[in-house]
Amino acid sequence: MDLAVLWFGIIAFFFIGYFVLDGFDFGVGMSMPFVSKDDTDRRVVINTIGPVWDLNETWLIVAGASLFAAFPEWYATLFSGFYLPLLVILLALILRGVSFEYRHQRPELAWKRRFDRMIIWGSAVPAFLWGVAFANIVRGVSLNSDHDYIGSVFDLLNPYALLGGFTTLLLFFTHGAFFLALKTDGQIRDRSRALATRAGLLSIVVAAAFLAWTVLDFGTLPAMVLALAAAVTLVASVLANVRGREGLAFGLMASTIALAVLTLFASLFPNVMPASNDPANSLTVANASSSPYTLQVMSWTALVALPLILVYQGWTYWVFRKRVTRSHIDGSADPGVERTVEVAH
Amino acid sequence: MNELLDPLLLSRWQFGLTTIYHFLFVPLTIGMALTIAIFQTAWFRTGKAHYLQLTHFFGKIFLINFAMGVVTGIVQEFQFGMNWSDYSRFVGDVFGAPLAFEGLLAFFLEATFIGLWIFGWDKLPAKLHLATIWIVAVASTLSAYFIIAANAFMQNPVAFRINEEKGRAELTSIWELLTNPVALAAFPHTIFACFMVSAGLIITVAAWHLSRNQNLETMRPALKFGLWSMVVSGALTTLAGDQLSLAMVASQPMKMAAAEALYETSTGAAASFSVFTLGTPDGVHELFSIRIPYLLSFLSTHTFDGTVEGINNLQEQYQTLYGPGDYTPIIWVTYWSFRWMIGLGILHIFVAMVGLWLTRKGRMPTNRWVWRAAIWSFPLSLGAMILGWVFTEMGRQPWLVFGLLQTEDGVSPGVTGLEVLISLTLFTLVYGSLAVVEFRLIKKAAMEGPAVPAEPDEETGKPLVHTTVY
Repeated sequence: MDLAVLWFGIIAFFFIGYFVLDGFDFGVGMSMPFVSKDDTDRRVVINTIGPVWDLNETWLIVAGASLFAAFPEWYATLFSGFYLPLLVILLALILRGVSFEYRHQRPELAWKRRFDRMIIWGSAVPAFLWGVAFANIVRGVSLNSDHDYIGSVFDLLNPYALLGGFTTLLLFFTHGAFFLALKTDGQIRDRSRALATRAGLLSIVVAAAFLAWTVLDFGTLPAMVLALAAAVTLVASVLANVRGREGLAFGLMASTIALAVLTLFASLFPNVMPASNDPANSLTVANASSSPYTLQVMSWTALVALPLILVYQGWTYWVFRKRVTRSHIDGSADPGVERTVEVAH
Repeated sequence: MNELLDPLLLSRWQFGLTTIYHFLFVPLTIGMALTIAIFQTAWFRTGKAHYLQLTHFFGKIFLINFAMGVVTGIVQEFQFGMNWSDYSRFVGDVFGAPLAFEGLLAFFLEATFIGLWIFGWDKLPAKLHLATIWIVAVASTLSAYFIIAANAFMQNPVAFRINEEKGRAELTSIWELLTNPVALAAFPHTIFACFMVSAGLIITVAAWHLSRNQNLETMRPALKFGLWSMVVSGALTTLAGDQLSLAMVASQPMKMAAAEALYETSTGAAASFSVFTLGTPDGVHELFSIRIPYLLSFLSTHTFDGTVEGINNLQEQYQTLYGPGDYTPIIWVTYWSFRWMIGLGILHIFVAMVGLWLTRKGRMPTNRWVWRAAIWSFPLSLGAMILGWVFTEMGRQPWLVFGLLQTEDGVSPGVTGLEVLISLTLFTLVYGSLAVVEFRLIKKAAMEGPAVPAEPDEETGKPLVHTTVY
């Protein structure tokens, strides 16, 4: 098999990992103001992702570095071409990341609220902009013969890309609310479930429109099948949530996000960055990839490392599998919690 | 206005500033992870409460610092593509692999196990929990190896061939790339310097408390530990630095000449090392200097009658080799950063040795100047480390990849000066305000001192630790 094609698949896998995992971190951040009534609630919300947000974000670092190593031309064109959107994503990720660590360092409410706002906006902005960026990759941008982006930042804010942005925003938002329903208890759990239903219904409408547009304008047969599957799992996840099947709802939403990313990658192939002005300038799996030797070295490394990575990351989620409750935070009881929940230590 | 909107100049400033900023947090992450692992091991082995207190106390400072290291690190990886896309196209086939290894083999481990360490105190058996911090320490050290191997390619390109058709360098041997002589010397030099910085932090914090006669039970052993690690890692940093300068002379003689502002090729006694020079900043006209004869010859060749090539000769050679142009780095930057790096480093080894003497057999110095000197350990050792990187990166100029690609040819052709001005401004503002918050939080945590240990659980005998940290 052609190693460049394999790496196209591995890059897709890393972005699926990133969007499924950091996707619910973003959703948890965005849901926080809707599901919490006081500071203890907000701490419950943040502690659900406390042990894992850093590891989830590392999927982005790995995706970026692998893109650099396996497809240097793609990495160079994409990152320099989408300069300002990526800058905003970076700044948002910085402010969100430090806020988790800084907000609990001082007891004053004003101090905490400042970092709460950074968590909320630091989650919403990347959730939106990743959709804009990926929609633009699929749609194609103006490239010169050196593969440098020649459009302006405003060309990136076209209707299709904006719809892509709202799609990821809503999918991640719902994903995070599902995660909260699965990881908390009592009133926060109830509120998260109700919120997830509302956000889920809205995301069905928006995501259906976006996936249909993708398939009609850029789609191939595989992309069409994948988009359809994504639509089915999305609807199923909302139904599962309504029926109180929290784990199932979360799992189906994770599949939806994975299938949506696959739809985008399937629409791209064999391009990696189509040139909308002149197809001859497009970057493809073949002309953007590294040399066979480098891809071989990378493949062996990934083959050895990936199974281990999946095992120890899976184990981490298993270690932190219990629901986080108010009593964990400050010992206060929540009237909505049945006392069957085993309290740690 | 044109000068202000030159994307090359702005991109260089941005990369320099964001890299220095990122590196304020990296040495503490690497050095403190090991320190905390050692404290926790000591507690695990002896069961003495003060070791657990030290683990939590320095753990808290470590975590405030850690988050900044992570989030500013993403910027570093993105910037190659954002601001240096032609560089990325040229080296990606070679340079990308160690970066991907860093992510796959080191960052994932580090990020996973740091979460397990922070939140796993009561969820994991004590032995397994201890293992998590050791994994963090090993993984962060491993990540340093990969990024230094990548950097070493820029200093001393190895293991590649040029693909003319694609106009890029292509990897020929991953093993040769990872065993670049510059990487083999730069890695221990950097890692032991990281340990010096974390030792500096421990000395600073412990000295501050001890000079106020408080927290004696925890801070006395902490000071002892900090002083010893400063002396040991200082000695190892020096040895590795000596190896690095040999590797540097072999691959980048211009950098050594620029470090010394040595314009004419000199031999033996004339190849002297100037400790201090008063003169014009570019080093061309010397007014006064203190010189140690033979030392530069020894540093560069390990012999006393060696020959060290001067800037003018090298400039001539390079013009024949690479065509007309200026191949000289900015001399005053390399000259002074090299000196201050060595000076501050040696000063701290000296301060630590004096400290060990003054605190022998449980003595405590009373002279407040001794304590003041100790309290400056952290900022000055961090400064030495930063100056080392300024030297090594500025000494590489005008090359981005030595002998292959100049800095001006690596910048992104499609990114405008205005875009870089916007990003440089925003990074400066955000990084600047976060630095203020970060510094205050670390200072506050350090001044509060270690928390009183909680009573162990009656049934299990295990100490109680809160697991909902945030």
